[in-house]
This record gives sequence, structure tokens and C-alpha cells, in this order.
Amino acid sequence: MYSTLQLKTAAKPELPAPLIAGSRRAFLKASGAIAGTLVIGLYLPAFRGADAADLKDPPAPNAFVKIAPDSTVTVIIKHLDKGQGVTTGLTTIVAEELDADWSQMRSEFAPADAKLYNNLFFGPVQATGGSTSVANSWMQLRQAGAAAREMLVGAAAADWNVPAGEITVRKGVISHASGKTGSFGDFAAKAATLPVPQQVTLKDPKNFTLIGQPHLPRIDSVDKTTGKAIYALDVRRPNMKTAVLLHPPRFGGLPGKVDDTAARKVPGVVDVVTTPQGVAVIAENTWAAMQGREALKVTWDDSKAEMRSTAEMVEAYKAMAAKPGAVAVKKGDIEQALSGAAKTVEADFVFPYLAHAPMEPLNCIIEKKADGSVECWAGSQFQTVEQMTVAQVFGIKPEQVKINTVWAGGSFGRRATPNADYFGEAAAIVKATDGKYPVHLVYSREDDIRGGRYRPMFYHKLRGGLDKDGNLVAWEQRLVGQSFMIGSPFEKMMVKDGVDATAVEGAADMPYAVPAIQVDWHHATSPITTLWWRSVGHTHTAQAVEVMMDELAHEAGKDPVEFRLALLKDHPRHVGVLKLAAEKAGWSKGKLPAGRGRGVAVHESFNSYVAMVAEVTAKDGTVKVDRVVAAVDCGIAVNPDVIKAQVEGGIGYALGAALRNQITMTKGVVDQANFDTYEPLRLSDMPAVEVHIVDSSEAPTGIGEPGVPPLAPAVSNAIFNATGKRLRSLPFDLQSLQGA
Amino acid sequence: MIQLSINGQSHNLDVPPEMPLLWAIRDVVGLTGTKFGCGQALCGACTVHLDGEPTRSCQTQVGDAAGKKITTIEGVSGEVAKAVQTAWQKLDVVQCGYCQSGQIMSAIGLLSSNKAPTDADIEGAMDGNVCRCATYMRIRAAIHEAAKSLA
Repeated sequence: MYSTLQLKTAAKPELPAPLIAGSRRAFLKASGAIAGTLVIGLYLPAFRGADAADLKDPPAPNAFVKIAPDSTVTVIIKHLDKGQGVTTGLTTIVAEELDADWSQMRSEFAPADAKLYNNLFFGPVQATGGSTSVANSWMQLRQAGAAAREMLVGAAAADWNVPAGEITVRKGVISHASGKTGSFGDFAAKAATLPVPQQVTLKDPKNFTLIGQPHLPRIDSVDKTTGKAIYALDVRRPNMKTAVLLHPPRFGGLPGKVDDTAARKVPGVVDVVTTPQGVAVIAENTWAAMQGREALKVTWDDSKAEMRSTAEMVEAYKAMAAKPGAVAVKKGDIEQALSGAAKTVEADFVFPYLAHAPMEPLNCIIEKKADGSVECWAGSQFQTVEQMTVAQVFGIKPEQVKINTVWAGGSFGRRATPNADYFGEAAAIVKATDGKYPVHLVYSREDDIRGGRYRPMFYHKLRGGLDKDGNLVAWEQRLVGQSFMIGSPFEKMMVKDGVDATAVEGAADMPYAVPAIQVDWHHATSPITTLWWRSVGHTHTAQAVEVMMDELAHEAGKDPVEFRLALLKDHPRHVGVLKLAAEKAGWSKGKLPAGRGRGVAVHESFNSYVAMVAEVTAKDGTVKVDRVVAAVDCGIAVNPDVIKAQVEGGIGYALGAALRNQITMTKGVVDQANFDTYEPLRLSDMPAVEVHIVDSSEAPTGIGEPGVPPLAPAVSNAIFNATGKRLRSLPFDLQSLQGA
Repeated sequence: MIQLSINGQSHNLDVPPEMPLLWAIRDVVGLTGTKFGCGQALCGACTVHLDGEPTRSCQTQVGDAAGKKITTIEGVSGEVAKAVQTAWQKLDVVQCGYCQSGQIMSAIGLLSSNKAPTDADIEGAMDGNVCRCATYMRIRAAIHEAAKSLA
């Protein structure tokens, strides 16, 4: 997800206002509520922009850091870790300011509580997305760590009767020139009784010892290599039953007549219930539930369902693109600029629906308590929305819904739905069974692939104009696609003047200097459910913009890197990564041997800048991506190795989709079902990836998503370089390369 | 009753013989390190060892596993397993980690029969294990690293 919760087209999202302790915006608070433990929290107004002074009833401390008598330091992680490494990142930030030793650091997922753990970019909402976690927590956690350090030092100074200024802290050891030394645990209890410093001095970044270290071991590596890490699918509750849900085969369909006679006879099946979302089979174990579902006979009411096939929808999109849509950006007179151009280039692109297909199929456990409250376990990404959804089903208050967040087996956007879809489904099953037992709703891979919430299908129609010297003089881009913001709680925030910012991001704000530009968008509608997919709108806009730029450079007879650089004079960070990637890839070394090609792309998303040079071998309708050189500027690199891993992973995720992934429909029914028909990238497909990180003193920005957008266009442009054939649409039509 | 030997322990299970071994291990025995990814032997997340051979437990019936020595991620031991897990940790292969039990079981299987796998050997042994986080580069490197430490 989800740039987009940041109102990108209107203005660059603000970075969080520094949360200076003692200011009226936020204040640090300590407590020794747990015996012998120092707990550092931060009182925050629930919504940034509100005023702390207005808070009549300050909430409990927003605990960020706990220092225990055994000297372990636990950082409370308010974001979901679905593989992007945020537990390691946030823990590093605290450890740095605290001068802790890395081995004493621990992490723990925060409970669901928007008042305490809201995402500062999203308002009063606890949620993970938009590659915001490190950026959001950067100042909060530095302050918490620095305050805890100062209090520990204060406690030691009092105990040793020496000035605090003479005490040093290094790798978790507090010491004084007199020879006295102590651990954090020795002073945690006493520190908790001291006043919290209202002015803390943060480290000068040039003195960082943990932040920026090339490879600090991930905090989750051991548990995830020994089978010990607990995901939602692994949570077990007393008397828990497993449920699988039969969804309507067509989007917008509803359950009609249900014959569950055979299903109820399957050994282990406990109950069958019809809910607003489908027909649920509840059983003693997953396999029995799946067998029961196989035995259901259900007729469906398709009167409001999507009945079209994909080809019909593409034709409808093309027809819509014949006329201008809602204008996202307009400068100069585009018609005049195009008709006055010495050369024009036209290109259109079709992008398919895409499933996210995280390795852990969606699942969650919901348990109703005797007092009417409800407890959930999930790889929870949108805690506040999930609390509201579940509360609504049971007619209780959101704060009566407790969510236990556990490790998530991938997400790529799928777990963050504006209506908390699978939570709602599980809650409806628990309600239909009167809360008799905790229910674990488990998706099969088929449920996942056919279950919607797809990256929307998009159609782009572009026209570009060059003057007689090959300068870019006109850019027209028309997009057609569904919006997942319209009709959601985020509509007001994200849709302005009829344009959904998530649909046009990366196009409306494309960085190249051009005197006349128009980008507009048509809102296509369908009952097919859609959602952000790792890097959201950038998944399609980067391909359209960067392939088009390559085509224009070619028509202008210019080098693709030089052509771009000339148009990026006001965008130094784009220039920085583009030059670095080109240099590291040996761009200037000329053409590769026959059958091989090199292509480039650069794209900003989530305030991070990524350029890639891809090298491919193309022959007889096959393409092998041999090597990708990436250059990244995401501000201060907190954990360079995690950043590299995210870019490697983003490249692999994007490449699998570009090579062969698409969700298509025949008369409204999804054609794909599992990993045979929706084939992921495999180890042998993975290119050699090099990631180069730009040195920066800017505040850190996102990295979970920005590695995705430039990959497809870099490969596409490399295929052109190798074969002379333009593959614009995704997935690549490799058949068309036969004989090329 | 079906008797299974898992990680050196004997378990008596009252389940139909056609139940996939995966669900018997996870839902009945209660060992959750072995993961469900696709149910059709297309992703390898459920890989266990049957008499030392990497096997997709989602497509193995409990009845066929009876009498065999079943090893899951919780029960791996020996120098190859240690080398693989150590290499995985040293190179920080994992991201979401969900597929990694299966990846590690496949890698242990490979290195148990082939002490010095080539890139092609690695592709042959590991292409059936999907990682949606695409940690593949590091998986390849970690297998080479483990082989080096075993040499």
C-alpha cells in the first residue's frame, strides 16, 4: 500500500513534525509500573495537528521501550512485520540512541490501540502501509531511546555520586572513569523513578554506530529458520474450530439455495452456516473443513454479479479512453503542442488484474468472550479498521475488540483492506455460531487467487511529442481503471476533483520537464474487488512512463540515460540514482552481444528514488533477466542489508508478475486458481541483483515498495534493446518475440 | 489408529488414512513449523523429510507415511542441518519467513546427497520451493555457504 493515504498529487506528503519532548505536541512519560522495569512511552495527541494541551484525559503512556532488570530492551512495534524487516529497523533506531548492545535488543508487537499507536501519516488510525513505518517512527523512537539513556545515566550518577556528564554508555555498559560500571538492568528500576527529561539531545548522525552498519543481524532470523516463529495460521486456542468459506464464484454474486446434506456427513464437520459473504463449513481440522466444502451444493444469485470476460472489459476500457477523463494534471495546450510537434509517438498499455498471493494464505482467529468482548489473532495490518469492522458485526465498541498481532507470512498490500474483509468474514461466522467456539477462518490458495482484492486492471493511452531537435514538447497520458478508494473510508482523503490519487500517482507527478502535459483518468466500475498491490499505482504508471520515455529517446536518436538526465534538472535525487545505476552497470560500455540487451528506468515512489539497469538474454520467445543493477536513495539507510533485501525482493516480486502473472475472467469466473496457473517467480528465474545505496543525510523514507516500479520498464527496455520489439503491456507477450 | 513416527516420537492418530500428512502434523499432532502454502505440491512450503527424502506433506497421505521416519523443521539435527540453518542466519535469508521451513528442508535434502552442488543442482532441487518475498538470491548463496562450511 499506499502512498496514497498521503495525498500525493496535491503535495508531497509531509514528514512528521519532529516530536520534541516538552513541546505542546507530544511529551515523554516514564513509568515503573512493571516491577524493576523502565517503560518509556510518549504521550501523543491522537491525531497529529491536534494539540496536546487540549487533551483533558491523557491516555496511558504509549509504551515504546521497556528495559527489564535482566537488561533486555524491548521495543514495542506498532507496525506489522510481514517480511519487510520493520522489527529490525525500529529496534535499531532505539538501540542507537540508547547505546545498547545489539544482542540485548528484543521486539514485541503492539496491541491494537489507535490512541497510542496510530500511524502519524494516517491520522487516528493504527495501520502499516505506504512504506511509512521507519519514516513514521524515526523521531518518536530516537526520542524514546535518548530519554531512556539519559534516565539510566541519571540513575547511575546518583548511585555513584558522580556528575552525569562524566558517565559514558557504550554497547549496553554504563561506566565512569573511576572504574565503576553497570548494566541497564542495574539501573532500570531507579531510572523509572526519575523525572523524564523534557529536552533530549539526539545523536549527530555522524556518530551513529548501529544505524548504517552494513549488516546488523535481523531480529527474526533465528525463529524463522527453526520453525519457531508463530504466524496466525499457527495459533491454537482451546476448543478452536477451523472454518473454510465458499465464496460466490462471481464477484457480486450472493449465496442462493444451499444443500449442505453431504457436507454435514463428512467426518469432523461440526456445522455449516450461511453468512453475508458465502457458505462456511466449520470442522475439527482444516482438512475436514475443506472436504466438507467440496461436498456443498450451492446455487448462486448472479443478478448483480460481474458477468463479463476480460477481453470485453479491455474493449470497454479502450472505448472509454477515446475521450478525455477527469483531469489530474494539465499544463499548456496539449493539442496544440502535439499538432506542432515534429514527431509524435503513440503507445498503449494493458495491465491485468493481479493477485498478491502472499505465502501465508489469509487467516484469522476470532474468539468471543463471556463478557461480550472479542479477541482476535492475525497478521494484522489495519488494526483500527479491523476493530471497527469486527465491533460492527457483534454490536460492540471497537475498544472491546482486542487484536493480537503476530508475524505475517507476506502481505504485499493484501492484508490491509479498507473494509477488513477477512476479519469481517470470520466475525460473521462466529456470530452465526453464537460464539460457541473460537473460529479460525483459513483461506486455501484457491480462495486467495480467486478471492479478488486485485491490483486493478488498467489501460493507458499515451501520446508524446518531440520538436525537430528531439526535445520533449508534449505528454498526454490517459488512464482507465477501477478505484478502490471511491466508496471506502479513505475516499474523502484520496479523491480530489474526481481523481483518485492512487490511480494516477507516478503519472500525474512524473518528473520530466515538458512544456505541455495532460494526464487524465476514467473511473471504470465493476463488482470485481480491487486493492493496493505492492507500490499501488506505480505498478502500472512506472511501466507506461518509463517505456514511453525510452521510445521517445529512441525516436529522438538519443541515449536513454542522457535523454532522461536532460529532463531531470529540477530533480537531483532522480539524477543521483540514475547516474549511479548507469555507472555501476557499465551503461557507457556500449551494446551487449547479439541476443542480449540492456534497459534503464528510474522512478520515485513513497519518497524514495530507485533506478535500475536490467540486462536480458532474449531468444526464440524466451527472456532471461541475467542481471539487475539498482541504485536507491531512501534517505538515511537505517539497515542497509534490510534495504538491499527489500530491493532484491521487490525486483523478484515485480519480475514474476511481469513475466507471467495475470488474473483473467471468463464470463466473470476467474480462470486461475493456484500456483500452476498463477505461476510465481522461481529460484532459477531470479537475476543477479546488485543494490547500491546513495549516501544521504535526509530523513529515512520507505523501501518496502519502491523496489518494484522500475523493474518492469527496465526489463521491457532491455528486451527492445536486444530484439527491437516493444513489449508494453504486462505480462510480457513473449510469444510475440518468436523469430525476433 | 495410524501410528506415525515424527522427529523420533511415536504418535497414534485417529484420522482417516487419506488425510494429507500436512494437516495431521499441523492440526492433529500440533507441530506448526511445517507450513501450508498451496495444498497441491506446487510451492514446497510443506516440505518434510520421509526417511530423509524431502517430500511435500500436502500431497502425502497419512496412511502412506506410516512406518516411515518423518522429520519436520522442529526435529532436524546433524551437521548438514546445522550448516544450513547457520548459513541462513548468517546471510539473513528470511523476509516474511513463511516459506523458509520448506526451503530449509529442501536444502538439507540437497546437501545431504550432494556435498558440493552447482548452481544447476541448486535450481533443480529448489525450483519447487516458492518464496513470494523472492529471497532466492540469498537462498542460493546460503546453500553455497553451507556447502563450504561442510567441506
